[in-house]
Amino acid sequence: MSIGHTLLGLLESGPRHGYDLKRAFDEKFGHDRPLHYGQVYSTMSRLLKHGLVEVDGIEAGGGPERKRYAITEAGITDVERWLATPEKPEPYLQSTLYTKVVLALLTHRDAADILDTQRSEHLRSMRILTDRKRKGDLADQLVCDHALFHLEADLRWLELTAARLDKLREAVTR
Amino acid sequence: MTFPAGSLLTARDLRKAYGPTTALDGAEFSIHPGEVVAVMGPSGSGKSTLLHCLAGIITPDSGSITYDGREVTSMSDAARSALRRSEFGFVFQFGQLVPELTCVENVALPLRLSGSSRKEAERTALAWMERLEVDELRGKRPGEVSGGQGQRVAVARALVTNPRVVFADEPTGALDSLNGERVMELLTDAARSANAAVVLVTHEARVAAYSDREIVVRDGKSRDMERVV
Repeated sequence: MSIGHTLLGLLESGPRHGYDLKRAFDEKFGHDRPLHYGQVYSTMSRLLKHGLVEVDGIEAGGGPERKRYAITEAGITDVERWLATPEKPEPYLQSTLYTKVVLALLTHRDAADILDTQRSEHLRSMRILTDRKRKGDLADQLVCDHALFHLEADLRWLELTAARLDKLREAVTR
Repeated sequence: MTFPAGSLLTARDLRKAYGPTTALDGAEFSIHPGEVVAVMGPSGSGKSTLLHCLAGIITPDSGSITYDGREVTSMSDAARSALRRSEFGFVFQFGQLVPELTCVENVALPLRLSGSSRKEAERTALAWMERLEVDELRGKRPGEVSGGQGQRVAVARALVTNPRVVFADEPTGALDSLNGERVMELLTDAARSANAAVVLVTHEARVAAYSDREIVVRDGKSRDMERVV
């Protein structure tokens, strides 16, 4: 999963401090793997350097200064591009896809569109494997079958998610 | 929407409702000769209704379907029946073979209905059964063969008239993986070598992987993924 893109996506709803970003990330995507503060601040420094976020304000308190970050136009374009690019089909990509779908819902983009594009990318790989299977010997067939079953499992998850988008929208925007 | 040149069968802005339920809501479609197009989508999305409209089995409430330059929606019932008999082939999931007839008689049936002699029809039928690897079943009745064998007999029957379009609605839905894959290999190989187009309705990705491209139907609307990516 791209932490940078996820944090950028979370900033689309409005400027936030690093602490708020970490809390939003952990709540939506962290589950049993919360972000470290260090990850948040190093990621934000990188995004700042690339012009994808800007400092929207600095609060001086009793402790260290607290920067509030805002996404730039370049940052929005970068999130848009990331969401629209299908992931390379491979096992265990659900967490990235899940993140993309939730972010699309949070930012009022078309989540079904992301799933359709990903299905198409998976099918492209499945066509290549199916063709190789048809032309290959038994060993080729078994190797291709293994890959095909994994891709098919991804697609079954994708179809179930597509069928539950309305419920997921309700759950994540509550 | 502009369809690519050389399309054999196209549909534009198809709409169909059953009472208050909308089955098709502006669906579009196109297919070339020799092309295999998978129509995918969840249950109730309208994909079977789209297939039935394209095949002239049901008439859409509005929209246009063009086959080989002819408008299908304005044809008479008799003309549409003739089109289905002579130009189209059909493979469905269940119950398509006539139980009282032998397998070779089943495969020969479309030719017999078109006026061929019994001898000529069964000779052609047997050639297709050999190609689908079921010629040894010629004298058996459908109740005496396995599901996979029966489906290959059905594919032979769909292809026996050399149709230009084969409509396959969940053709492997009742088969296990191995039989399903063999049916798909034989169906797509035979159709491609005869330059027949195949409209393949399926919800299974492994079956759709035998197609050249896919169209996704959701809530009665279609999306051609090749033109999107």
